[in-house]
Amino acid sequence: MRASFGYAGVPRWVLAIAAVGALFVVLPLVAMVVRVDWAQFIPLITSPSSIDALLLSLRTSSTATLLCIILGVPMALVLARTSFPGQRIVRSLVLLPLVLPPVVGGIALLYTFGRQGLLKAPMNFFGLQIAFSTTAVILAQTFVALPFLVLSLEGALRTVGTRYEAIGATLGAGPTTVLRRITLPLVLPALLSGAVLSFARALGEFGATLTFAGSLQGVTRTLPLEIYLQRESDPDAAVALSLVLVAVAILVVGLANQVGAGRRQGPGMLS
Amino acid sequence: MSRFTARTNSVRTLAAMVVAAAVVTGAAACSTSSTTSASTSAATSSANTAPAGTITVFAAASLKATFTELGTEFQAANPGTTVTFSFAGSSDLVTQITGGAPADVFASADTKNMDKLTTAGLVSGTPVNFATNVLEIATPPGNPAGVTSFQDLANPTIKTVICAAAVPCGSATVSVETATGVTIPAVSEESSVTDVLGKVSSGEADAGLVYVTDVKGAGSTVTGVPFPESSKAVNTYPIGALSASKNAALAQAFIDYVTGTDGQAVLTAAGFGAP
Repeated sequence: MRASFGYAGVPRWVLAIAAVGALFVVLPLVAMVVRVDWAQFIPLITSPSSIDALLLSLRTSSTATLLCIILGVPMALVLARTSFPGQRIVRSLVLLPLVLPPVVGGIALLYTFGRQGLLKAPMNFFGLQIAFSTTAVILAQTFVALPFLVLSLEGALRTVGTRYEAIGATLGAGPTTVLRRITLPLVLPALLSGAVLSFARALGEFGATLTFAGSLQGVTRTLPLEIYLQRESDPDAAVALSLVLVAVAILVVGLANQVGAGRRQGPGMLS
Repeated sequence: MSRFTARTNSVRTLAAMVVAAAVVTGAAACSTSSTTSASTSAATSSANTAPAGTITVFAAASLKATFTELGTEFQAANPGTTVTFSFAGSSDLVTQITGGAPADVFASADTKNMDKLTTAGLVSGTPVNFATNVLEIATPPGNPAGVTSFQDLANPTIKTVICAAAVPCGSATVSVETATGVTIPAVSEESSVTDVLGKVSSGEADAGLVYVTDVKGAGSTVTGVPFPESSKAVNTYPIGALSASKNAALAQAFIDYVTGTDGQAVLTAAGFGAP
C-alpha cells in the first residue's frame, strides 16, 4: 500500500512545523525520563502500593475494554447500518463523554449509580452497592472509553460499505451469519484499534474515578490516582510511576500497531 | 481509486479527531488550582504612607473563603493595592514556588510544607503562625447513620471517608487514630478535603473526617459532629513573605493584616483557632 504512494512531495516548511510538533510531544517525556531517580527506580515502582495500583489498573482497564467491545460493537452497528429518527442526536449524546471533562462524568455517574442516585430504588432492591468498589472504577473507565470504540468502529463500518453483506444475504446467509462471517472480519482491524484506544483511555482515567469511586489501595486506587497521591509526599515515586504508565501505554499502542499492520498486509482477507 | 483514497482520508481524519479529543479530555482532567483576583478600583488618592502596588498570595485551599474576604478588606483599607490569590493544596503550591512561580506571600496549611520552603532558602525572615485548625466529623445532612463520636467511626457498617496519610488532613487523622487507639476501616482515602466533603455531601459516605472550618464552610450540605479527641492533632497555619517578592513592603503589610486584630476576627469567625 505504501509503494502505491510514490509521490512524497511535502514542502519543507511543513516538515519544519511537524518537527516542532513532534518535539512538543516528545520533549516532556524526555524531561520525565531525565528526572527519574534511577538508583531508586526499582524500589520505588515495586513498593506494595505501586504494585497494587498497577495490577488494579491493568485489571480494571481490561475489563472496561471488554465491556466497551460488548456494548460498543452493537452501538456502532446500529449507528452505521440503520437509520431512525433522531439518530444524529443519539450519536452526539453517545459521543459526549469524549469531550466531557472526566470530573463531570464522575459527578454524572455518582448521581446515577450512587447511593442517593437515580437508580437508588432498583439497586437497593437487588442489594447492589457500587460506591467505593472496583466495579465503580470499571464503570467510570467504561463510561469515558466507550465512545472511542464506537467512533472508530462506526467509521470503519461506513467505509467498508454494505456490498459484501448484500451479496452474502442474497446467497442465503441470515443477518447473524452475515455479521459473524462478513461484517466483523472486515472491520476487525478497526475493532482492534478502537479497543486499544479504549484501553489506553481507561488506563489513563483519573477524574471520573476520583469523583465516583474514591481512592483506596488495591480496591479503587488505580495507577493515575496513586501517582496523584504520591506527588504529595514523594515526587520521585510519582515520576517513576508515571514512567511505568507511559511504558505500559507505549507497549499497548505498539503491540496494536503490529497486529494492525500484520492484518492490513495480510493477503486477501476475503478470499 | 479516487473514491478509495477519499475514504481512507476520512478514516484518518476520524482517527486524528479521536486522538485529539483524547488529549483534550485528558488535559482537562486535573486542574485543581484556582486563581481568584479581586481589585478595588484604586481611587487616585495621595496615600503615600501606605504601601501600594500588587502582590500575589499563594494560600492553602482551606483558606480560600477567609483569604478572599481578607483580601477584599485589605484592599478597601489600603487604596491603591491589589492582592491576587492562588489557592491549591499546600504541597502543590510549594512545588510551584520551588519551580519559580511568581508569588510574594505563602500561607500553608501545615508547618511541614512551610519548612520545605524555609530549608530551600525561599522565605525571607521567619514565618509566623496565624491560625490553627482541628478535625471534625462531617456527615450528610441530618446525620442519617447517627454518628455521635470518633469511636463510632471504627464501626465497619458506617462508611467513612478520610484523607490519605500523605496529605495534611490525613496525617492529622492518623495522629488522632494513634492517640485514641481507634482504627477507622475507611472505604476511601482521598487526596483532598474537597473530595472527602464531596463524598459526604452527596450521601455516598456516612461520615468523613475534615477540618472544623470545612464543615462550617460547607453550610447546610453537611452536618458536623465535633469530637473532643480532635485536640490530639492541631494543625498550625504559618504565613511568610517570599524572598523572590518584588514588593516586600506590601507583602509584609498583608501578613501584618492577617496576624492583626482584623484578620484574626475573620479567621475566628470561619472557625479557625488562635495560633
